[in-house]
Amino acid sequence: MKRSLLFLLATLATAQVRYERIANADSEPGNWLTYSRNLLGHRYSPLDQITPANVAGLKVKWAYQFPDTRNEVSPIVADGVMYITGPNSAAALDIHTGRPFWKWKRPVPSDYQSIGFGRVNRGPAILDDKLFVATLDCELVALDIKSGQERWSTKVADYKPGYSLTLAPLAIPGKVVVGVSGGEAGIRGFVDAYDAQTGKRAWRFWTIPGPGEPGHESWSGDAWKTGGGSTWVTGSYDPQLNLVYWGVGNPGPDWNGDDRPGDNLYTCSLVALDGSTGALRWHFQFTPHDTHDWDATHVPVLFEGEVRGRKRKLIGVANRNAFYYALDRETGEFVAGRAYAKQTWANGLDDRGRPMVVPGNEPSEEGKLVWPNLNGATVWFSPSYSPRTGLFYVAVREVGATYFKREAEFKPGTFFAGGGEQTLPSEDEWGAIRALEATTGRIEWEFRLKSAPWAGVLSTGGGLVFGGTNEGNFFALDAKSGKALWDFQTGGQVAANPIAFNIDGREHIAVSANRVLYVFGL
Amino acid sequence: MHRPKLNRAPDDADLAKVISQGIQPEMPGAWQLSPREVKSLVAYVRTLGSIPLEPLPGDPARGESLFKTKGCGACHMIRGQGSGYGPELTDIGSKRSAAFLRESLVAPEAVVPDDFVMVELVTASGTTIRGVRMNEDTFSIQIKEASGELHSYRKSVLKDLRKLRGKSPMPSYEGALKADEMNDLIAYLASLRGNS
Repeated sequence: MKRSLLFLLATLATAQVRYERIANADSEPGNWLTYSRNLLGHRYSPLDQITPANVAGLKVKWAYQFPDTRNEVSPIVADGVMYITGPNSAAALDIHTGRPFWKWKRPVPSDYQSIGFGRVNRGPAILDDKLFVATLDCELVALDIKSGQERWSTKVADYKPGYSLTLAPLAIPGKVVVGVSGGEAGIRGFVDAYDAQTGKRAWRFWTIPGPGEPGHESWSGDAWKTGGGSTWVTGSYDPQLNLVYWGVGNPGPDWNGDDRPGDNLYTCSLVALDGSTGALRWHFQFTPHDTHDWDATHVPVLFEGEVRGRKRKLIGVANRNAFYYALDRETGEFVAGRAYAKQTWANGLDDRGRPMVVPGNEPSEEGKLVWPNLNGATVWFSPSYSPRTGLFYVAVREVGATYFKREAEFKPGTFFAGGGEQTLPSEDEWGAIRALEATTGRIEWEFRLKSAPWAGVLSTGGGLVFGGTNEGNFFALDAKSGKALWDFQTGGQVAANPIAFNIDGREHIAVSANRVLYVFGL
Repeated sequence: MHRPKLNRAPDDADLAKVISQGIQPEMPGAWQLSPREVKSLVAYVRTLGSIPLEPLPGDPARGESLFKTKGCGACHMIRGQGSGYGPELTDIGSKRSAAFLRESLVAPEAVVPDDFVMVELVTASGTTIRGVRMNEDTFSIQIKEASGELHSYRKSVLKDLRKLRGKSPMPSYEGALKADEMNDLIAYLASLRGNS
């Protein structure tokens, strides 16, 4: 009797993903409990069974076919179950077979529009007994992890003016944090936190400050009302500082800044928010008064680094604008930065990290050729930081484009961009996986890709970096040298972030490629 | 009624999909357009039609004879006859103007599409292979030789790999054809409007 009670307690304990388990992710490396595996945004797995010496033996163990194409999901793995999402859908898969325990789907309203982005979903979050899924039509839904049935659903925003949710939520103590897409529709962006138990909104941080708020002076007239500042990529969290770090998107209209003179805070910035209240602690703007659509929507990577002989809590960002930045994550102070990809718009960064802009690179009526293109030197997909090598791994896009400026007229629920771009011929673009020294951004090695990628990277304790290509390759590189050690042709574009986890104590790697999720093992 | 032949969009539903989702990675999707706007755009694209028949000085029948005797079929296929090394020409007249066809014959390298790439590589055993790139990813490349032979190589084992962008395997026919013959051949190619 006593024994069966113990068993029951043990079962209940593992059925709950308490916040402490997520905060101490390294104590259970066989699971993947949050978007980037740890709250620090590392997308690094300590698992070390797959190594440069044996990775050549990696084989497909099972595959799962999604109902839709173009899957960008980063799964959650907890206690023998893999949780995946698609646009307005989710499923719980047995990690041994890939067979679903349950599936959940909510119809996309017929009048819903994706204005400026794809109909995708990048993953769920898990906390306690709930799986959190953000939908295209702006609902945050809490599902029971055992049945897939809805516990609650909260309307985050009205989708009709152009708001949408495509990101994986972030679970922090007692709350779930989300950001919005819609920066090409003249929305006013925000970051929200919701009570994980009830779905009630706990706080909201508007990324475009309103009248009377600090930063409002960086806007002119009513431009702030349609200022954009979307928040469509999952942030990071420092449990000790209780700070949520979140990237903010471009100002609107994207390519015509005539009616919004000024720096346009907090667009193209990183903001540090109090996890309990959402209050702004500090901000750092990468691209003041952006006119190239260079959202700063990246997973912020938190790490400890030595700067001039002193250990500091840092944050690393490889930005869409082609510069890498190391900032002090307690204060937002600029520590180091340099270009990590081709760029033609700035003569470097000044001693406070502000770009020294080359005049004449604004979009124009006749067009202006600039590197990088609007999708940036990297974009939404995740970088990876390995505490083992101290390197920051990032998938890089080497693409130039001719930017055009046009008139922009705001009508709610329509494209509010003021121009566009024409990229160079596809044969002129290429890509790379680059390893940067995390505290300085110095390039340590590069592995070239045929085209500009749309997939993130994963580094592991086994000394490997995994990544994917548009042409369907999924591959492993030596984390120290960048040498290619293994590759597999998936048959579909890899446009997702890989993860690592254990099945019965044995390391496996998972990645989505178009409509198939692959799981690899030795 | 002439309708443009769109290889990726044989029907309106496919064309709507191409417009809204794009062609990865080279063409971005027009995600900003509503379904109603996409439908309007599909209708507009369908009105663009094909290259209209234009009065040309040459004789298509003599052109057809020249096509056969000058060896064009060694590289090009028309209605199932010939070799598939070069572009298929069964409906070339509905896709290209007479001026474009003339330029293709006189200066083929002036009209090489961006995604057409000649490749010269040296295999691990030292053999040099030259052909047209059929496909490529980061780790492998697939090419076709003029003989029609297909090859696929792991890039890592090649001794050399050179992409000859802007190069065409097609020779210039300027000087090889008299002015009348050139007109005849162009008239023949312009008359090719598909199987029907």
